[in-house]
Amino acid sequence: MLALILFYVFATFLVGGALGVITARNPVYSALFLVFSFINSAAIWLLMEAEFLAIVLVLVYVGAVMVLFLFVVMMLDINLAELRRGFTRFAWLGWLTALAVIAEVITVVWRHGLGSIDVSGGFPGEPAHYSNTLALGKVLYTRYVYPFELAAVLLVVALVAAIALTLRHRPGLKSQDVSRQVAVRAGDRLRIVKGPAEKRS
Amino acid sequence: MITLGDILTLSAILFALAVAGIFLNRKNVILLLMCVELLLLAANFNFIAFARMRGDLTGQVFVFFVLTVAAAESAIGLAILVVLFRERRSINVEDLNTLKG
Repeated sequence: MLALILFYVFATFLVGGALGVITARNPVYSALFLVFSFINSAAIWLLMEAEFLAIVLVLVYVGAVMVLFLFVVMMLDINLAELRRGFTRFAWLGWLTALAVIAEVITVVWRHGLGSIDVSGGFPGEPAHYSNTLALGKVLYTRYVYPFELAAVLLVVALVAAIALTLRHRPGLKSQDVSRQVAVRAGDRLRIVKGPAEKRS
Repeated sequence: MITLGDILTLSAILFALAVAGIFLNRKNVILLLMCVELLLLAANFNFIAFARMRGDLTGQVFVFFVLTVAAAESAIGLAILVVLFRERRSINVEDLNTLKG
C-alpha cells in the first residue's frame, strides 16, 4: 500500500516535471525540470527493485548528461524570443497526438487486464539476499559480454567524435604541434655552411 | 501493489508529453534533444516493467544499453549543436536550410 502511494506521488511529480520540460520559457528551467523528472523516475525504478539502473540513471543522467546540457545551454547565447515565436502554432496537433497515444495505450492496457499483474517488489522466487547489481553483472559479463564491449566501443567513438567536432584551430596561436615535431628530420633544421678556413696569423 | 497497467500508463503519458514537446518546441534544437531523452526514458519504463513481469533480467540489460546509446547520442548531438552555433550564431531549426530539404 505504501509502495502504491509512493508510486503515485513520484508519478505525479514525474508527469509535472515532463510538462515543465516542454512548456518552460527558458531552456535552463527545462533542463532543471528534466533533472527533476530523472530523479523521480529513479525513485520509481527503485520501487520496482531495479536498483542498479536507478543509481545509474542518477549518476549518468543527472550527474553527467544533464550537466552537459546545462553547460551547453548556458554557453550559447540564444535569442529566446526568436525561438519562442510560433510556439502555439502546431500546439493543437501536438496535444492531439499526445491524447491519441495516451488513449490508445490505456485502452489496450485495461482491455487486456494488464492492471492485475503485479510488478512491484523483486522477481518471483528470488532468495532473501538477492542483489540486483550482482545478478545484472553476472548476465552482463557472460551472456551479453560482446554487446557490452560494443557499447564500450560506441562510447569511445562518441568521445572521439565529440572532441573532433568541437576542436578548433585558431590561427596565430603559439601552440605545440607534436606530430610536426616528431616528423622533423635533421635536414629541415640543420644547415651546413662550407666556409674557407682562416689562415693562422 | 504497483501493476503493469500503472507503469504502462505512466510511460504512455511520458511518451505523449515528449511527442507534444517536439511539436511545441520545434525550433529549439536543445529542447528537441531533451524531448528525445524523455522518449527514451518512457521506453526504459516499459523495459523494466516487462523484465519484472517476465522475471527475466534481459529487459534490464536492454535498459543499460539504451542508457549507453542515449548518453553517446546526447554527447554527439550537443557537440554538433556547439559547432552549429559557431557557424550560424543561432540554433533555430529553420536556419538549417543548406541542404534544401
